[in-house]
Amino acid sequence: MNSMTKPRAWESFFWTVVAAGLLLALWHYSVAWTGTKVFPSPLSVEKAVAELINRHVLWADIGDSLRRVALGFGAAVFVGIPFGLWLGWKPAVNQVINPVLQILRPISPIAWIPVAIIFFGVGDRAAIFLIFLGSFFPIVVACVVGVSSVSPVLLSAGRNFGLSTPKLLMRVIFPAALPQILVGVRIALGIAWLVVVAAEMIAVDSGLGYLVIDSRNSGKRYDLVVAAMLIIGIIGLVLDFSFRRLGTIKSVRWGFRDAA
Amino acid sequence: MKIPVRLRPVIFIAALLVIWQIAIDRNPGQLLPGPIGVAGGIVDLLRHGLLFKYVVASLFRVTWGFGSAALLAIPLGLSLGWYRRGEMAFYPLIQLFRPISPLAWIPIAILWFGVGDLAAIFLIFVGCFFPLLLVAMSAVHGIPAVYINAGRNFGLSPRAFVSRVLYPAVVPQLLIGLRITLGIAWLVVVAAEMISVNSGLGFLIVDARNAGNRYDLVVGGMVIIGAIGLLLDLGMRSLEQVKSFHWSSSEG
Amino acid sequence: MSSTGAIVTEPGAGQKLRVEHLGMVYERDGETVAALEDINLNVSEGEFICIVGPSGCGKSTLLNVLAGFLPSTSGSVTIDGEAVSGPDPRRILVFQERGVFPWLTVEGNIGFGLSKLPRTQREERIAHYVQAVRLEGFEHTYPSDLSGGMKQRVQVARALAVNPDILYLDEPFGALDSITRVIMRSELLRIWQSERRTIIFVTHDIDEAVQLADRVVVLSSRPARIENILTIDIPHPRNFSSPRYLELRDELLKQIGLAYEI
Repeated sequence: MNSMTKPRAWESFFWTVVAAGLLLALWHYSVAWTGTKVFPSPLSVEKAVAELINRHVLWADIGDSLRRVALGFGAAVFVGIPFGLWLGWKPAVNQVINPVLQILRPISPIAWIPVAIIFFGVGDRAAIFLIFLGSFFPIVVACVVGVSSVSPVLLSAGRNFGLSTPKLLMRVIFPAALPQILVGVRIALGIAWLVVVAAEMIAVDSGLGYLVIDSRNSGKRYDLVVAAMLIIGIIGLVLDFSFRRLGTIKSVRWGFRDAA
Repeated sequence: MKIPVRLRPVIFIAALLVIWQIAIDRNPGQLLPGPIGVAGGIVDLLRHGLLFKYVVASLFRVTWGFGSAALLAIPLGLSLGWYRRGEMAFYPLIQLFRPISPLAWIPIAILWFGVGDLAAIFLIFVGCFFPLLLVAMSAVHGIPAVYINAGRNFGLSPRAFVSRVLYPAVVPQLLIGLRITLGIAWLVVVAAEMISVNSGLGFLIVDARNAGNRYDLVVGGMVIIGAIGLLLDLGMRSLEQVKSFHWSSSEG
Repeated sequence: MSSTGAIVTEPGAGQKLRVEHLGMVYERDGETVAALEDINLNVSEGEFICIVGPSGCGKSTLLNVLAGFLPSTSGSVTIDGEAVSGPDPRRILVFQERGVFPWLTVEGNIGFGLSKLPRTQREERIAHYVQAVRLEGFEHTYPSDLSGGMKQRVQVARALAVNPDILYLDEPFGALDSITRVIMRSELLRIWQSERRTIIFVTHDIDEAVQLADRVVVLSSRPARIENILTIDIPHPRNFSSPRYLELRDELLKQIGLAYEI
């Protein structure tokens, strides 16, 4: 069984290339074999990407999407972490507020669009609100879990050295919960990226999501559609990857020792 | 006055509803309804039989999309998790596709499946497939080496190994992943219905607004979406608690 | 010279820590359970006290009450005349395991209680205690890269760095292998002899108690009462094979009600 021998480092790159190559070939030949006039071939997508890059609008769209994520996600972090820490620290409060959160959480941010438009009008601010909604809950949940799983020994040790509650929060609870919080924040960033694209398909006139829907609507340019999808995937991947790197900083790395 | 613990969240929610209603009453002539208006809207839907019909439509799509994703992704993910080289091959590709919002697949979905149920189900499938792959892969990684060695030590055939070692070891983690992905499916179906079909709870929200600014139905729909999503989540949690799946915690 | 009665008080001594009629009960599943009953103890400054007893008897509970982490339900605990009402940096508890802060380096941990000091003084103090526990070279290492014994040293250094009146240790070497345990015992003795702190050390290991303590407090099983207090009159360094050592050890085993032959 080839799972028994330890793969070498270079194999990771090698097998990825093999798999990607296979998929590309599969794609290319399905397009050729079915003789479709509409669905793009890998080559036409490649050209479409080049076209987008040269068109300059692409960069504006990427910028718009990233900007909305930055604002909505940023707001969720800014509000969500203190709120989540508070809920985690005071289980009695959490017990009261949690049911409300559990009812709100399964409502897709997209379903909030009509309400968001009432409050914020059509455009950027509504989209940012939706992103905030989507990112808020995973962050709060992660903070609650992080705080409640801080070892009582560490809390006792902190108290032993004379820390008042605010100091305890700052010097023991927050650092101890930080790995868990970072996991939640990373998940929230992924969600933010999904929401921004969806929001842009429905409620605003710029950004990568809009690019996807517009390419189809104005001219059935499926090569641009697929190109835009790939770009969305790449940027999302880069965002996630960069965030994972944060988990290697020494003062949080201890919390990820056992993580896969 | 000490409010009994169980009652506190209820009172809190009631207080929020009261504040909401007062805020609405103070601003007459604006579109957002208060809780009373929302309740009226829901009753309306019930009376016209639409509520039941839309809920069933949404659940139907979730079942098919989530179900097919699970049936495909779990065996595939378990295999990839087991064969390191397979995982190496596909992991980057999965990570490339996962951040693409299922909604971004709409043009392709419509191209392949036309406008309608199948397109929506496909979107849900896409939204669930990649996360479930990753869940299954990570579940295999999480199997303690001692289990695997014990299985080999006892000379189990591959078939017996899968059913007596692999499967029991991964089920608890898979259940958690399935629950989370079901939540994702519920989010996607609503969004998908807002764009590409003519029934279901998502459609209700869009339609209620477009055909007459019936915001009481919009918010009523949101409430129902929240409630059903919560029920789905609780249902899955109770499945996790079923005794025969509980061995992972007793192992220690 | 083994003690006979339950309470041993030397005139003029025992003014560091006074425990008088200490009792502690707690609720569990609607029932009141007594953990400690009528504990009386006087500890002098600079003494090394060990507390031993059968597993689950309440040794750790007693230590936690003395450190101020748990409230007593009757009786009193005073240190230098002042009642113990909560955790305080003047009396630091060293935990059996997982007591070091994983996000701080060795230096960061040892300096944890020193934030009120000016920087140069803090750095000096940290350096002094890094040396005292023999962890030179590991100042910038994180706990995840340290062995169990080294982590316990960090805890001890961290505790000593704030100059506490009393050091409490709750089975600090219990999670270590037996070789490391022996090494850590001599290290602790070395530090104690150079700094002369008052130490209260909970252990389930009879040998450890006889090797380390000036006096050994023997607790009964739950609810814990003081069965006896044994004075170890062998001067340091103690020879584990000396007749007096073996005599005291057997006496201690007898006190706990254990056989010394299997």
